[in-house]
Amino acid sequence: MGYVLKRLLLMIPTLLLISFVVFVIIQLPPGDYLESYIAELQAQGESVDMEKVAYLREEYGLDKSFGEQYLSWVTGFVQGDYGYSFEYDLPVSEVVGDRMYLTILVSVLTIFFTWIIAFPIGLYSATHQYSWGDYGLTFIGFIGLATPNFLLALVMLYFANVYFGTSIGGLMDEAYINEPWSWGKIKSVLEHLWIPVVVIGTSGTAGMIRRLRANLLDELHKPYVTTARAKGLPEVRLLLKYPFRVSLNFFIADIGSMLPSIISGAEIVALVLSLPTTGPMLLGALQSQDMYLAGSFLMFLSLLTVIGVLISDLLLAVLDPRIRLEGGVKK
Amino acid sequence: MSQLANEHYVCDDPYDPLSIEQAQAEQQTFYLASQWQLMWWKFKKHKLALYSGVFVILLYLSILVCEILAPYDLHTRHVDSIYSPPQPVHLFDEGEWVGPFVYGWNQTLDMSRLLRVYSEDTSVKYDVSFFCSGKTYSFWGMFDADLHLMCVEEGGTLFLLGTDRLGRDMLSRIIYGTRISVTIGLIGICLSMIMGIVIGSLAGYYGGWIDNIVQRIIEVIRSFPELPLWMALSAVIPVTWSPLWVFFGITLILALMDWTGLARAVRSKLLALREEDYASAAQLMGASPPRVIRKHLLPGFFSHLIASATLSIPAMILGETALSFLGLGLRPPITSWGVLLAEAQNVNVVAVYPWLMLPVVPVICVILAFNFLGDGLRDAADPYKH
Repeated sequence: MGYVLKRLLLMIPTLLLISFVVFVIIQLPPGDYLESYIAELQAQGESVDMEKVAYLREEYGLDKSFGEQYLSWVTGFVQGDYGYSFEYDLPVSEVVGDRMYLTILVSVLTIFFTWIIAFPIGLYSATHQYSWGDYGLTFIGFIGLATPNFLLALVMLYFANVYFGTSIGGLMDEAYINEPWSWGKIKSVLEHLWIPVVVIGTSGTAGMIRRLRANLLDELHKPYVTTARAKGLPEVRLLLKYPFRVSLNFFIADIGSMLPSIISGAEIVALVLSLPTTGPMLLGALQSQDMYLAGSFLMFLSLLTVIGVLISDLLLAVLDPRIRLEGGVKK
Repeated sequence: MSQLANEHYVCDDPYDPLSIEQAQAEQQTFYLASQWQLMWWKFKKHKLALYSGVFVILLYLSILVCEILAPYDLHTRHVDSIYSPPQPVHLFDEGEWVGPFVYGWNQTLDMSRLLRVYSEDTSVKYDVSFFCSGKTYSFWGMFDADLHLMCVEEGGTLFLLGTDRLGRDMLSRIIYGTRISVTIGLIGICLSMIMGIVIGSLAGYYGGWIDNIVQRIIEVIRSFPELPLWMALSAVIPVTWSPLWVFFGITLILALMDWTGLARAVRSKLLALREEDYASAAQLMGASPPRVIRKHLLPGFFSHLIASATLSIPAMILGETALSFLGLGLRPPITSWGVLLAEAQNVNVVAVYPWLMLPVVPVICVILAFNFLGDGLRDAADPYKH
């Protein structure tokens, strides 16, 4: 319990630093959204609603100093007020809404996909070290690592369209957009979802296979395996009963290092596939200097990683009795 | 042999007491070899890494002579051959050996599908020759030259990998793109190594509050998903910058996210090594901290640093490719693999002009090569470990 509390408290300075970095980055481009907005309207010869602009400028403190702006942004963030999206003319929380959940959904599914693929391959590669199967599977994993995600997404999109008739882009068939959830809609979403999951998964799988293989190889050479073998335990049972269990912990420990790359992958793949996740909107917000929207996205994505690492740390502490962190039993 | 009274035989040869101690010639070279020599021997055994290393070196040498290797100039447009598919090179004409040549390349418009269709005109032949003088170009922007690795007879075209929407030769563009894409990786890794070593040694050597702050910063940077942060940072680069400055800006952005791994490695090594006797000795003799770090501590694990730096080059090359693909990275006229791939952004390309996706082939090759090379270097970095 003490460990959980300590771990949670440690998150606060980290998150504060992250929020500061995010705010500096979104403030860096010269000018602000309102300036470019006014310039654009004037260029089109339209009248500018100066009152609204002045109101927005005051409301969101664009005329205040950097420190004040940051303070009000951070305190607002804690209270659930993420600021105002100038481009959509809506509070950020309403714009972000579902997109965040979809990003989380895609990320979680990708983690499971990576596990399901990496697990048997890692197990096989470790038990058949230096065999043709080991080399071949490792090579395929490497190819997945080396192919840029966006291109793979594009090619798979094309073949899914040719061979399965999946409609191009989006997360569901156009007919289902704005429809209430139904069995058909869920099916359509699943039909579209596998492409991003597979594409994002391929890049992480190679790294996972290599780490799992190295980990398992270490375990396989430990004396307890020899002992079990000397006692006459069948190979498969021996493998599943001891080294396999130890390596299970590794899957949870690896979440922390997988999450940032999965989220990165999800962003760019979403752009190619025009998925209604955070990717396309983040790019748009960055390009139009919609600072609160961009800042919230960056903040949420980092938060996702920090929480993911926290969960994996806590799970490890529960699952792996070898990890006796501060407190608990002492020698 | 002389026989003694108790029937023991003793050899008469002069006895050298060191003969057993003396190492075999083979062992002697092994024991006397320098650390780098040992590393090279160990590295050589890793065949895949060795070949990858050769490939990488050749690639970096090739960027010096892009102008010669490329059949056409980077920006030369062939308005008659827009979206031409890869053109085949023939060796035999009517069953007879004639050496490499291409047939005439005819364009017809398929109005029902609104496509340009290319076909070979077997009545005309154009010879392909090697190391010949062709179009003049400015070598390194300094002097004019006209030597090309291969060129086609006057009047013919040589689009080995097809052309793009402006009728520019893809092969030439890929060769020129190599120059930018691989230097970004190299410059980026140099920047991130410098940052990693300086910041990591500050943290590791001094420890205390400096170490604490550096640790927190590294933790924060690592918890950002890379791509969104790269996107945000490259959105900061002003549109008014010249392409060259954008190039350096992007390199710096890639390096800014990458130094953390190296800094961590340096820090943990220094934390351990600064307690060693030879470090204390150097300190007692009045060496300044930078000197102790540079002369006494860093050499102890520099090979490891090079290995892990090699392993992080692929991430940089992929990062540039992704950013340019999104339109946030390099912009034309600078040509990198990412800029080329940005042209292959929609599904039509996959269906109709698949050769526009060819720049992905060098990307995959380079990334695989750096991964294998890095693996080999990492194994070789510690030659005393078996």
